[in-house]
Amino acid sequence: MKKLVVKVTEVEALSPLVKRFRFEDPKGAALPVFSGGAHITVEMPEGETIRRNSYSLISDPYDGSAYEIAVRREDMGRGGSRYMHTRVQVGDEITISAPANLFQLDLRARKHILIAGGIGITPFLSQLRQLDMEQKPFELHYAARSRAEAAGLKLLPEAAHIHVHISEEGARMDLGAILDGQPLGTHVYTCGPDGLIKAVADQAARLGWPKTAVHSEAFIAPPPGEPFEVVVRSSGQTITVKADQSLLEALEAAKVEIDYSCRGGACGRCQTHVTACDGRIEHNDHWLSEDERAEQKTIMPCMSRFKGARLELDL
Amino acid sequence: MTMQFNDETFRGDYTFHNSPEAIRRFPFPFDRDSYAYSVNIEQHPGGPAGSPFEFAFDVDEHYVAEMNDRAITLADDPMRCQSLPHMELAGWDLLELIMVSKARDYPELFSLSRDGTSWHWINKPLGIEQRFTFLDATTLPCGPLEYITRQAQGDFALLHEREGNLWLDAGMITSQADWSLDFDVGMNFFEWHAPVPKARKMGVFDKALKFLLAVTQEQSYRRLNWTMTVNPRLDTSPENYHKWGPEKRTITPENVGAKQFLRVELQTFWRLPRSNALAFPIRCYLCSLEDLASQPKWARRLHRVLRDIDPDLAEYKGFAVNQEMIVKYLAQFDDGAETSPGIFPD
Repeated sequence: MKKLVVKVTEVEALSPLVKRFRFEDPKGAALPVFSGGAHITVEMPEGETIRRNSYSLISDPYDGSAYEIAVRREDMGRGGSRYMHTRVQVGDEITISAPANLFQLDLRARKHILIAGGIGITPFLSQLRQLDMEQKPFELHYAARSRAEAAGLKLLPEAAHIHVHISEEGARMDLGAILDGQPLGTHVYTCGPDGLIKAVADQAARLGWPKTAVHSEAFIAPPPGEPFEVVVRSSGQTITVKADQSLLEALEAAKVEIDYSCRGGACGRCQTHVTACDGRIEHNDHWLSEDERAEQKTIMPCMSRFKGARLELDL
Repeated sequence: MTMQFNDETFRGDYTFHNSPEAIRRFPFPFDRDSYAYSVNIEQHPGGPAGSPFEFAFDVDEHYVAEMNDRAITLADDPMRCQSLPHMELAGWDLLELIMVSKARDYPELFSLSRDGTSWHWINKPLGIEQRFTFLDATTLPCGPLEYITRQAQGDFALLHEREGNLWLDAGMITSQADWSLDFDVGMNFFEWHAPVPKARKMGVFDKALKFLLAVTQEQSYRRLNWTMTVNPRLDTSPENYHKWGPEKRTITPENVGAKQFLRVELQTFWRLPRSNALAFPIRCYLCSLEDLASQPKWARRLHRVLRDIDPDLAEYKGFAVNQEMIVKYLAQFDDGAETSPGIFPD
């Protein structure tokens, strides 16, 4: 994966928990343009470890002068978002990946419905700019608990097709009303908590929407957990995965070669064969099917963890 | 040095020819003395100076003649270029990629000036000058895909990603190894590869699709593929099989060296930025057996490869009917000596 070194040129608090970061090329060169819904992976070096989190780009996809992301601080996380909030400052140089997209618009759609819950607004901020430029009809529905927490409000234009639902104010999102009666050929995209993604999928199914018109993105940062050990089959090496480290990060720190892309359990790139498993894999990804999870023969090291006596990977 | 372009034809009197320099830089596809399916993928661009791998889109002595041949094919059959409505943005992505690359890599032949969305493109070899507005198709004489691929050697397929698969939803296909865009357009990766023998069972396509879906922007790749063609014909399409199929029967022991061509495809893979589509350019290079034999390593190796190839592959690649004559012709150049590793001539 191609990497880019960029300079932090703006940091802004959008809400008590969410900060916006702006990155530019240190010499002012143009950055690669991208497609709505794309993300970048940000490297956060801390001592021996390089933590990498993926964040959706929220800036204009056709504007190469800068990239912007919005990061919500997760105090219960592995420390990636805390690093962004407390360590990254204007003037710093950081390393990011070139943009990649696991949540692209299906440009065949006659109309696009974008449904965001909380920080799930981020991929839609670039998508709505692309939809505007493509002159495609769309509606955006943004649900948040309170106005204070709704970091996206500062980044959304005021327009008739942009709907904000603040539950504290009694304006809960009514998925039935949103999805019912949409023209044939409409696609719906959801980003937010698992519950919201499932509710939209269920509602769309009840209304007879084709599955191929229902899209979602739920990739999140890897959760922390109990430390555990893993054995690399080719070398016999035993590696300890610390509480605030993902399995992928631990393998990388031990110089085990492993492929990755999204680092959020969505792209399938780091899927690894399990050669011995005496215990239980905690599957936290969105890639493996229920059957594959139950078999315990494959794991997504970017997200998943392990509890038990022995886990050996085909690496 | 300014590039000289050949005055030559790829049909009728078949005056196509390779200069000695063109022969030396031919992308010979075999890096060992036998052939089996392999993914053989490398990063692209990048390679020895002067090789067809050096630049993103290679321009060589056949450029002008190949573009003339494409125009003839399109005049007869406009369906060789198709773009489903959702692929126009990918067409613009491809146009940008090709124009930027060519202007950078061949500044004496091409130039591109950009002021916001006002673009000015000059293609000296083809005598084209165009001012247009980027992303506004009404400012070009035809759609962006057709416009730019009338000025770029090789075929171009644009693949749309959805449902974990790739869909052949646009292309410019006039120099193909016996497949039809009009037939394949709208198919997914497994559907359009269905005719390839054995590969599906071997899991080749599952792996290839997984690889392609993981290609990201700013990181492109290439592989070589090959087949055999009688006469230097670019348009070996199913639509025109009646024109070129019978020519396979014109091979004799006397003319096989001059009339039988090794046909190599330099395939590259690009993730396009705005559309997130994949571009799949397929550039065709032709070299006659007698020209290949000017490089002793290639003649030895080609003899061994074609002699020992799986019969199903000889059938699929369409040269089984002439295989014996080809192998007999090449045998005279094979003294049994060892060949050096890699594809480049000694």
